[in-house]
Amino acid sequence: MSDTSSEYDSDIEAAIRGNHPALITYITAGDPSLEDTKAYVEALDRGGSDLIELGLPFSEPIAEGQTIQAAINRALAAGTTPEGFFELVEDLETEAPLLVMTYYNMILQYGSEPDVRPFVERAAEAGLSGIIVPDLPAEEADPLRDACDDNGLDLIFIIAPTTEGERLDAVMSRVSGFAYVQARLGTTGARANVSGATYDSLARLSKYDVPKAVGFGVSEGDHAAEIIEAGADGVIVGSALIDIIASSDDPSDAVDALEAKAAELKRGARRGAETLTDDPEDTPEPEQP
Amino acid sequence: MSTERERDDEYESGGGTFGDYGGQYVPEALMPALQELEDAYERYVLENEDGFMDEFRDRMRDFGGRPTPLQRADRLSERYDREVYLKREDLLHGGAHKLNNALGQVLLAKYMGKERIIAETGAGQHGTATAMAAAHLDMPCEIYMGRTDVNRQRPNVYRMRMNGAEVNPVEAGSATLKEAINETMRDWATTVERTHYVIGSVVGPHPFPRMVRDFQAVIGEEIRDQIREKAGRLPDSVVACAGGGSNTMGTFHAFVPDEGVDLYAVEAGGSSLEIDEENGMAPNSATLSTGTDGVLHGAMTKLLQAGDGQIVESHSVSAGLDYAGVGPELSHLVDIGRVTPTNVDDDDALNGFHRLSRLEGIIPALESSHALGYLEEEHDELGDLVVVNVSGRGDKDLETVLEETEKRDLEAAPEIEVFDG
Repeated sequence: MSDTSSEYDSDIEAAIRGNHPALITYITAGDPSLEDTKAYVEALDRGGSDLIELGLPFSEPIAEGQTIQAAINRALAAGTTPEGFFELVEDLETEAPLLVMTYYNMILQYGSEPDVRPFVERAAEAGLSGIIVPDLPAEEADPLRDACDDNGLDLIFIIAPTTEGERLDAVMSRVSGFAYVQARLGTTGARANVSGATYDSLARLSKYDVPKAVGFGVSEGDHAAEIIEAGADGVIVGSALIDIIASSDDPSDAVDALEAKAAELKRGARRGAETLTDDPEDTPEPEQP
Repeated sequence: MSTERERDDEYESGGGTFGDYGGQYVPEALMPALQELEDAYERYVLENEDGFMDEFRDRMRDFGGRPTPLQRADRLSERYDREVYLKREDLLHGGAHKLNNALGQVLLAKYMGKERIIAETGAGQHGTATAMAAAHLDMPCEIYMGRTDVNRQRPNVYRMRMNGAEVNPVEAGSATLKEAINETMRDWATTVERTHYVIGSVVGPHPFPRMVRDFQAVIGEEIRDQIREKAGRLPDSVVACAGGGSNTMGTFHAFVPDEGVDLYAVEAGGSSLEIDEENGMAPNSATLSTGTDGVLHGAMTKLLQAGDGQIVESHSVSAGLDYAGVGPELSHLVDIGRVTPTNVDDDDALNGFHRLSRLEGIIPALESSHALGYLEEEHDELGDLVVVNVSGRGDKDLETVLEETEKRDLEAAPEIEVFDG
């Protein structure tokens, strides 16, 4: 895990700001098995991920496109449970801090009664640094926000293209770690280009002093370069990695390909940052390590 | 409608919750659309701005056929030795109560300036109602329907297409209602700026549960007036089937403040009330009777779930009741003891179907047959004056009923062999 230096509020903020431009990678835990996930996460870490999101599968993933839905189905079919997930996290030794991405009901049901605290306490004990919940808007988030604060975890919020005005202020007032900027309306999934909504969202967010990372549709090094050039502090890539896992004949074949993909994305992000340094006029000042 | 509404403030908070239930557990991208919808609901539905509710009532009369009759069931009254009345929602246009909500929401979408309608459907009743309403109001319409349901409900797929709707099969999971809702939410998260999502029941994020209830509440409001006229007083009990709960809440809402009227929500007991956690299956849809609290499809409510939070696959012989969740308001009314949750298994529902067909000349939907099955089992508990909501007609279920009856020894069934020859 990264050291939390005193100039940053958390491991996650340090991982993004300290490694600018940051690469954040996502895969679904248990796809196709927890053992494979361990090897994949280590490969992504070696490839240059600065932060790694691990999906804890839920049967009704309403925010996901087909790629991650299929990964979740494979993970559930393999019998992935919350406890197996936490044991995997305990087993992992990565440079990059780890986040869990899951749906609210999985968090509520972890203890014996519907309550967010047992999950958050277990997550902290297992060594996770933060939580992202795609079906938990700011309005419903206070119980989880409090539990995360009490246990030293960041709670990451998604900023959608439709998040504007007073709602944007309300969401940003609850953000910790980084703001997850949703590049386009719709669900997760690899796309061929960078959406125009990305630029609008980054412009709306420029007044907030929080790291911004862009996800939903990012699949190539060139996208990463464009997004960093547009002023983001990091890029988030998930479906493109799951495509690699899903298309491997043997689960172990994906390990090298994942490491190479992470390296390509990180290089792309660096390229974007260099363009910024060469041409500082029309873009916000980058955060340098 | 508005006069009825003032009474329920005791348990209904302004923040979109009913006691501990309800809320807005949805992706961030949808939150502004829910706020826009809440605003439109308050202005047009609650305050009748631009005469919205007047237009809605006029169209429900001329296009939908409201009011539907409240009929004394002579032979059931004799059989059970008490006064039994049937609310005939099966006579509404489309053959079920579903049009009340579908027409209300499509009209609201039009007032809001939305350009496109999407909806999920299980067995196809909500899909066909939405397709009819969209055709009637000249709105483009797409319906998501699980592949399994598409294959077993062909006539409803054809009806939707006849009305000009596109039907999109959903292949995920068990490819039934739950997956269709997931996929419709994904479409909405992509197209939210121009599109309205017509949810088919009193489920989902605020303001859907109360808005759908308000469009359906006409059922109970009519019953209240009709029973006073026919029997001179309010009933001792009101019985309605419950899946997601839209006919249930529509029937009960006007009676919630009437403490002397007992309200029974009859769920699908399926073949057993146990949950098989290992395989993620519940052989029933008895959410109010057996479910636990959790979050599904945007709301905190009672659910059929495994201990670790995965939602299980529900089952019922009646596709319209086959859902792992239930409206948050019903969960609350059950918790505070105002609504009694009960259930009837597949066999008793089928007996209820046959009995009403033979004794009263009314072929009820398999959903409504659960309420009739309960009447048979527990009529002694229901008092001297009972109203049962016949939420829909059973033409759509004939094939299922023949098939399921053949497998069983049902006391109320006719000889099934003769149907083929």
